[in-house]
Amino acid sequence: MEHSCPLIKNVLLLDSEGKRVAVKYFCDEWPSLASKLAFEKSIFAKTQRTNARTEAEIGMFDGYIVVYKFIADLHFYVTGGDDENELILATVLQGFFDAVSLLLRNNVDKRTVLENLDLIFLCIDEIVDGGIILETEANVIAAKVAMRGADADVPLSEQTISQALATAREHLARSLLK
Amino acid sequence: MKDMNSKTDLYRANAIRVLCRITDGALLGQIERYIKQALVDKNVVVASAALVSGIHLLQSNPEIVKRWSNEVQEAVQSRSALVQFHALALLHQIRQNDRLAVSKLVTSLTRGSIRSPLAQCLLVRYTSQVIRETASGSQTGERPFYDFLEGCLRHKNDMVILEAARAITELNSVTSRELTPAITVLQLFLSSSKPVLRFAAVRTLNKVAMTHPLAVTNCNIDMESLISDQNRSIATLAITTLLKTGNESSVDRLMKQITNFMSDIADEFKIVVVEAIRSLCLKFPQKYRTLMNFLSNILREEGGFEYKKAIVDSILILIRDIPDAKDSGLSHLCEFIEDCEFSYLSTQILHFLGNEGPKTPDPSKYIRYIHNRVILENATVRASAVSALAKFGALVESLKPRILVLLRRCLYDNDDEVRDRATLYLSALEHGSQLEDKDFRADKFVFGSLDVPLANLEASLQAYVASEVRFDIHSVPKDAKAQPYAEKKAAGPKKPAKDTAMPVAANELSSSGVKSTDAYEKLLSSIPEFSTFGKLFKSSSPVELTEETEYEVNVVKHIYPGHVVLQFNCTNTIPEQLLENVHILVEIVEGDEFSEVVSKSLSSLPFNSPGQAFVAFEKPEGVYSLGKFANTMRFIVKEVDKDTGEVEDEGVEDEYQLEELEVLPSDYFLKKAVPNFKNAWENLSPEFERVDEYGLGVRENLNEAVQAVIEIFGLQPCEGTEVVPANARSHTCLLAGKFVGDISVLVRLSFGIDPQKQVAMKLSVRSEDQYVSDAIHEIISGA
Repeated sequence: MEHSCPLIKNVLLLDSEGKRVAVKYFCDEWPSLASKLAFEKSIFAKTQRTNARTEAEIGMFDGYIVVYKFIADLHFYVTGGDDENELILATVLQGFFDAVSLLLRNNVDKRTVLENLDLIFLCIDEIVDGGIILETEANVIAAKVAMRGADADVPLSEQTISQALATAREHLARSLLK
Repeated sequence: MKDMNSKTDLYRANAIRVLCRITDGALLGQIERYIKQALVDKNVVVASAALVSGIHLLQSNPEIVKRWSNEVQEAVQSRSALVQFHALALLHQIRQNDRLAVSKLVTSLTRGSIRSPLAQCLLVRYTSQVIRETASGSQTGERPFYDFLEGCLRHKNDMVILEAARAITELNSVTSRELTPAITVLQLFLSSSKPVLRFAAVRTLNKVAMTHPLAVTNCNIDMESLISDQNRSIATLAITTLLKTGNESSVDRLMKQITNFMSDIADEFKIVVVEAIRSLCLKFPQKYRTLMNFLSNILREEGGFEYKKAIVDSILILIRDIPDAKDSGLSHLCEFIEDCEFSYLSTQILHFLGNEGPKTPDPSKYIRYIHNRVILENATVRASAVSALAKFGALVESLKPRILVLLRRCLYDNDDEVRDRATLYLSALEHGSQLEDKDFRADKFVFGSLDVPLANLEASLQAYVASEVRFDIHSVPKDAKAQPYAEKKAAGPKKPAKDTAMPVAANELSSSGVKSTDAYEKLLSSIPEFSTFGKLFKSSSPVELTEETEYEVNVVKHIYPGHVVLQFNCTNTIPEQLLENVHILVEIVEGDEFSEVVSKSLSSLPFNSPGQAFVAFEKPEGVYSLGKFANTMRFIVKEVDKDTGEVEDEGVEDEYQLEELEVLPSDYFLKKAVPNFKNAWENLSPEFERVDEYGLGVRENLNEAVQAVIEIFGLQPCEGTEVVPANARSHTCLLAGKFVGDISVLVRLSFGIDPQKQVAMKLSVRSEDQYVSDAIHEIISGA
């Protein structure tokens, strides 16, 4: 019962057949790829029949607590240990879910996700770092991911030039007004 | 590294995170300056990144991270919610081992303001940790933090409320009054629309129900509506909680609801429910009829092997513990095996029927079921059915002729095993009645178990198969630990796992040496010299006589009515030595009532295989004699070549000093719990009662005095009276047990401690013999 920090064990995004779309594991409890796949398969099988579209659902499988939500043909899962606070897991799930919706401009389905897989992974990275929760607010997460995504196109040197131009424009405008 | 100082905050943050992942101790020193700056950076993202990296780094480079504690302290005061959360986590990790620092941290923050709900949750957890660590101390320490926890119950964010409720329920010595606000809150959650909340609430209530079932009864009504919840996990948890907190009247209602429910849920949930029903039935034995019907109904439905096994186990336990249920239970089981698809379960039930059936008032009705099995099923089941029939025949005289007829039919079976068994039992039953030999009785033959451990039997059989010598079961060594060195090397791979567990390290010896009294009895009665001593009264737990040295010896004291046998378990931990003719020389230092009678030595003690040597003493019967013995181990040591395993011919005599051994009064008392002390006290006549008062001198606290006295006597504390509440001024302890010769003893101790820590004790004893009551008083006055 001693735990210092709420820890997330993994974040999974599976498709409607239970195959991986984007997954990230933050602990060593599933050491091999085979065990990871087995875990994904088992939770998919157990949650397949439930309806978790409007509200996040929760279940306890194999000694882990899994919070999950479905949208279109995608299944979002967040897993924690069995003495974890379930609401913390739910908040993380909600943050992830909303951030993805924001990033994909509400177009959340398998095809869009696969096209923007990089954004999804950045998103997961921004939410949980090594198991510790970094951020749970969807807006902040989306902003961070989007800013990075946008900046990646513009090389650094040009950026500073454009910034300098912007500052110059400001100064000019101010001096004109004086 | 350049990015760490770049203008864009986001780059700084991620650069820090990455660097901290890939850096090692040396590099960390160089970038430490930047990280310290980042910790207190105005930008939230950067600060968070630095803090989280700090948490990760703490695992690998704790000293460096600890130097940042000042900055982290500043960060805790930051305005941003998440920075506060991370800073708090890091600070706690840094200061984890220093209890005082943690409690100071908690105190300062409970008064301050925490913005983030996540940080609040962390704080709740740390608070409960502090409470738990200071729990053994004063009662007042709990109060301020408890108020904080209760305040959290009214927080805006559900997360915090849940965390606080859970923390309250997990406090160790929580009273119902303290639990009530937490439970009220959880009750509200039960009817929430979000499944997550419902699940969390039910789970916490389930845990509480294990320790405080009464507190949860208010929520029963809400939980009953949850049984039909969509989410199956929630429904199962609700059912199990209800089963734990239900009372007799609600059991019927619950059973009806559960019957509808069972068809919906998956197998693993069903097993959970079955186990909960089992404990419920043991709690309310009068309700066994409804529960038994329920169990048999679900047994008939579809289900996997594990599920049916759980149900069968439950029914068997019920039959064993509730004698009234035996008849209906057995008939249910019989109906089940008519249709069972798992032969393992059928054989188990048939075996059980064979054991229990003959004892019922009307055994013949079970014969029909068993005989059907013989005709209809597969070979394994047929074989066990034959055994079961034989058992009926052996025990119930009236049925024997009919059983013999049935068994004769089995002789024509297809399968070898069935035919063999049928022949064996036929001859046993037919000739057993004709034979004059007193030693051979049919029922003992059919029911008796092997005297020898299975492992040894298998080993001997293997040797027999290889050799030409006739097999004699008496030659199988009865001692489970005897295993010659040579055989271990030669026999090789075919031993079962049990066997290879035998040659173990000495510390496992002491754990495997803790056998039950029955095992000791068998062992000792197999030694002819000790068979005249009578019934073994008590065997103590092994007492170590050596430190971590070359030879490990521990001793078990066996108490007989007129003798004391010391069993020395010796292990040789030196691979290059083989000890022969090991015997223990025991000198009586104190205790003139003892006289040595027999000393049995151990012929050979090879490396790492434990052996026993015995020394028996005679003492006056019925008297508890105390004594002190000095022990020396004498043996002949022979060198062994490690590689070839050859033993030298010549040996050298050597001796090895062991520690002294005391025979204490507590050895003479057997712990025996008494369910109702008051009744037992009334039943023992006051004729042999003795009451006296003693001063026990100065002790730290009452608990210490009570424990010391309980240990001196070696009796069993009853009704939980060995637990002394902290800071108690007085305490009454009830002890019960038996003295040598099966004399019951009941002791009532009243303790009192005064402000100067002087402990006074009033001792009242009742027993069936005046001698024993006097003995108790003498023990305490001598101690």
